[in-house]
Amino acid sequence: MQPLTKKVKQLERKPMTLLERIYLPSIFKGMAITFSHIFKKVPTIRYPEEKRPFAKVFRGLQVLNRDEEGRERCTACGLCALACPAEAITMEAAERQRGEENLYREEKYAAKYEINMLRCIFCGLCEEACPKDAIYLSETFAPANYKRKGFIYGKEDLLIPDPLTQPEEYEKAKGERAPATH
Amino acid sequence: MTLLAIDWTLLIEKLVLIAVIITASLVIAMYATYGERKVAAILQDRVGPNRAGPFGLLQPLADGMKLFFKEEIIPNTSNKLLFVLGPCLAMLTAMMTSAVIPWGNEIHFTLFGADRHIPLQIADINIGVLFIFGVVSTGVYGIMIGGWASNNKFSLMAAMRGASQVISYELAMGLSFIALLMLTGSLSMKTIVEQQVHGHWNIIYQPLGFLIFLICAFAECNRAPFDLPEAENELNFGYHQEYSSMKLGFYLFAEYINMFISSVIMATLYFGGYDVPFLNEANLPVNIAALIGVVALLVKAFIFIFIFMWVRWTLPRFRYDQLMNLGWKSLIPLALVNMFITGAVILWRQG
Repeated sequence: MQPLTKKVKQLERKPMTLLERIYLPSIFKGMAITFSHIFKKVPTIRYPEEKRPFAKVFRGLQVLNRDEEGRERCTACGLCALACPAEAITMEAAERQRGEENLYREEKYAAKYEINMLRCIFCGLCEEACPKDAIYLSETFAPANYKRKGFIYGKEDLLIPDPLTQPEEYEKAKGERAPATH
Repeated sequence: MTLLAIDWTLLIEKLVLIAVIITASLVIAMYATYGERKVAAILQDRVGPNRAGPFGLLQPLADGMKLFFKEEIIPNTSNKLLFVLGPCLAMLTAMMTSAVIPWGNEIHFTLFGADRHIPLQIADINIGVLFIFGVVSTGVYGIMIGGWASNNKFSLMAAMRGASQVISYELAMGLSFIALLMLTGSLSMKTIVEQQVHGHWNIIYQPLGFLIFLICAFAECNRAPFDLPEAENELNFGYHQEYSSMKLGFYLFAEYINMFISSVIMATLYFGGYDVPFLNEANLPVNIAALIGVVALLVKAFIFIFIFMWVRWTLPRFRYDQLMNLGWKSLIPLALVNMFITGAVILWRQG
């Protein structure tokens, strides 16, 4: 029969030699291979104690940013929700009252801002859409949870700590990927 | 009243010895399960159990506790009595072999003004090795009965495989041992060890015999590459498929005890038992020498246990016909040849 491809390779099946039939040499060879693995480095990352380093471009959990005076940058324009292909973001806007100038940067702010982490695909389009540099993706990821409800992250989960009152936490949460504040 | 004059101290001594040996083999078997998982992990570049306690050392306790808390299921269609008898028998035969093994030389102490010399051996019977062979071959009843009583095809098939495997390899094992027997001239384990303490280890005279013995020991313990009776992927765990809770635990445990005991037997028969090479025990105080002896025996046994595990995580399982071919067509003739050569050499040396 004509072979269908040119890759057909004729195999030669020789009867085994005596040394091969005893099997012991190959058994010892195999055992030497497994034994050599004792001295190999274990690649395991022991997760809760040890974490895998992420790449610089890793896109993780969203962070709602503040400016250098600790005011929320978000103006609840809704562009991020519009840009979101997974429709994970919802928000409610509110008007800034007199005396709240130290809390919110603009006259309008997000009273409610929720991201459903089960919907979110961490594409980073919200970060790109935001005209105010108010949202960016950090280097962490959403930890496991027992309930679906636990994956709907509200403002209190997303908002970065105040740089004025909690500078250490702010620095920790900021990470490498925060956009420069201006 | 002379009829009832039992040597009470002897009885107590032996009971204490039995308790110590059984506890020790249980603990060693327990940690052999941990060791197995660790060895497997290390050979496969993994970490292994490391969550329960430091380095996962409490893992066997956690495993045991899990087995105890599991529901005890006896299938409706099974033979109830035999179903319970199976694991009991497996465990019993596994423990019984330790009776004739000399764990060390004798220890010596004075109690209530009486000098006691206690040999570290439960019973020095003059047919020690025969006893071991007898008990080990009874061990297959555990598998047979378990598989039969479970009343399903896979278990029965596994039991059949196990029985035929053990019987086939028993022959080669016995034959390889006969060659050793011709050298030592004694069936008593104690005598065999003492000969090796004074002379050379038997492995020097019987390398081929040892190899056959080792292969047969793998088969007798139903360990990979001969773990056909419990072939996970073909027979759904074979004879202990229907078992749950601690009855399953007994089967699994019996395997590890068997492994430990056969390691000890190999160390005793071929590697000088409690003898430490290049060390003259006679120069040391009796008790310290005995202690060193016990440690030496255990170290040898642990090395064999490691080899058991190492082989398990290296070699794939035999096919059934390959297993039978190896047993009947290779090992038995080889053992016979070994026996004839040994006999010829002995005759030639005698002149």
